[in-house]
Amino acid sequence: MPEFTLQSLGDLIVYLGDLLRFLLGVQLGLPELVVGLIMNLLTVVIVATVALLIPVFTIWLERKVAGRFQDRLGPNRVGPYGLLQSIADVVKLLGKEDITPAGADKVVYNLAPLLSVVSVIAIWAVIPFGPGMIGADIDVGILYVVAISGLGTIAIKMGGWSSNNKFALLGAFRTVAQLVSYEVPMIVALLIPVIIASGFGARHPMSMQEIVIAQGNVWFIIAAPLAALLFFATSIAEIGRAPFDLLEAESEIVAGFHIEYTGMKFGMWMLGEFLHAFTICVLTAVIFLGGWQGPGVNQWPMLGIFYLFAKSFFMYFVVIWVRSTLPRIRIDHLLSFNWKFLVPVSLVALVVTALAQKAMAEWLPGIGDVGQAVGLFIVNAILMFAIVEFIRRGAREARAQAEAEHGSGEPGSGAHDEVSHGEASPGEAAAAATHAPAH
Amino acid sequence: MDISQIIFLIVATATLISALMVVTTRNLVHGALWLIVALFGVAVVFVLLEAGFIAVVQVVLFIGAIAILIIFAMMLTRRALSDEPHQTNSQWPISALVAAASFVALTGLTSFLPDWQWPSLAASDSAQLSGNLQQLGYALVQPNQFALPFQVASVLLIVALIGAVAVAGEKK
Repeated sequence: MPEFTLQSLGDLIVYLGDLLRFLLGVQLGLPELVVGLIMNLLTVVIVATVALLIPVFTIWLERKVAGRFQDRLGPNRVGPYGLLQSIADVVKLLGKEDITPAGADKVVYNLAPLLSVVSVIAIWAVIPFGPGMIGADIDVGILYVVAISGLGTIAIKMGGWSSNNKFALLGAFRTVAQLVSYEVPMIVALLIPVIIASGFGARHPMSMQEIVIAQGNVWFIIAAPLAALLFFATSIAEIGRAPFDLLEAESEIVAGFHIEYTGMKFGMWMLGEFLHAFTICVLTAVIFLGGWQGPGVNQWPMLGIFYLFAKSFFMYFVVIWVRSTLPRIRIDHLLSFNWKFLVPVSLVALVVTALAQKAMAEWLPGIGDVGQAVGLFIVNAILMFAIVEFIRRGAREARAQAEAEHGSGEPGSGAHDEVSHGEASPGEAAAAATHAPAH
Repeated sequence: MDISQIIFLIVATATLISALMVVTTRNLVHGALWLIVALFGVAVVFVLLEAGFIAVVQVVLFIGAIAILIIFAMMLTRRALSDEPHQTNSQWPISALVAAASFVALTGLTSFLPDWQWPSLAASDSAQLSGNLQQLGYALVQPNQFALPFQVASVLLIVALIGAVAVAGEKK
């Protein structure tokens, strides 16, 4: 029987796993295969349940924080600080009538919200919560995340098509424009931490656990700030949140793909969306912010769970912050921003990182992880400066051209430009700048 | 019978059934969704063959990109789909013949080739798997292995990309 010590208190989950394996395998004498099956099933149940319970809290958090951003209180009636509001909402959704519109494709219509939730929960299988605490440490973990996210796109299309509603169909069309396009720079940006992880000595640089272990000395956000920004921005587009919430833009297409859904099926879409929003924060924390790495995690592996969730909730705060601050991007700006800005930048960042990493490994072999990270940070900073300078020139030329066309003496036009630049995100300004010369 | 063989039989049956549904279902969008199930089944077979990388790439490329584009193209033509009563046109005997011939050729090739062995379904450790992935990467850039076919495929893709832009681009 595995001995219980103070050490095992710090590594409680792994200890309990060992204990259960011992009880089933040695005490009950079950064959290896059955024990493995039971352990895997337990892992699935635990991870999926934890993942499903998170939105109950994050929805409350989001409403509360967004409320503060808009100078109001947010939910404050049900329970202390309104904490039980989400549970009340779930009860309400469960009690609502379940309507299937006439002419809807019933099987596809009912399958779509299910697939949307499954596609998000499946990502949690490869998220490392601490040393030795991971559902499945597969050696193509990052690629698995990308593959599973693609299923969510299909779920949205299924829901939009089967509802037999023109607004739902329009919402589904926008998924192609948005989700599929933004997947391109996201995958390219994800290649950069893989390259760096292999430079830091990871043997399987695409495994999520080894990516976290490789960040023991220095987080990847230092070594690849550009990739982190790209991944975070494209991820916000992937979850369809403001400023990229064109899939369900209320003022344009009512509610987009889930317009016909009621009751708990609508609840499933919401669940999938909020869980996905938190999942990309966890992924950002795992890939760029060191995952479960933190002080004392080697003595007390349970601390890793705390570190991971602390980093994830910080990123979630940033997501809410972005959502409450930025207005929705127009659809043509959204596409130009992706294809004319994010894709070229991600490709350049990938090539530059690969070359710089290889050059440092070749000519400066003794500088270690931290030295490499500092070198890559400098390279990234130069690259970012060059990109900003390039965009500024393009924007100046575009403005000069526009002023030459419309006449420069127009009163108020300059001031208007200032205002719109102040409101727009830097990316939107960049998209507008890159878009303008095309006309 | 091994447990992985049982899993293989179940997955293979499901894949074949959904592949059959792709060509027999009346609704084209349903056909595309069955195609996704079939492609997913093929990915699971790749996992059983211990080609984890190929399995994931199968899902990324075929389900994440190609199937989505197929569905998208079909969604644009919804009205035309529902009124279409015929599933086959006059060329079905020829295509059936070609399909049967390629099936016979492939099975014949794999059965009678002297050194051919069916891949084993036995489990191995993940270290070897990663070795396979690295070997795959090196093999694609080694001049005496697959560098030439790899480059030819890339050139083909670039030609297709440029062609697509040329066809879709605005005429000046």
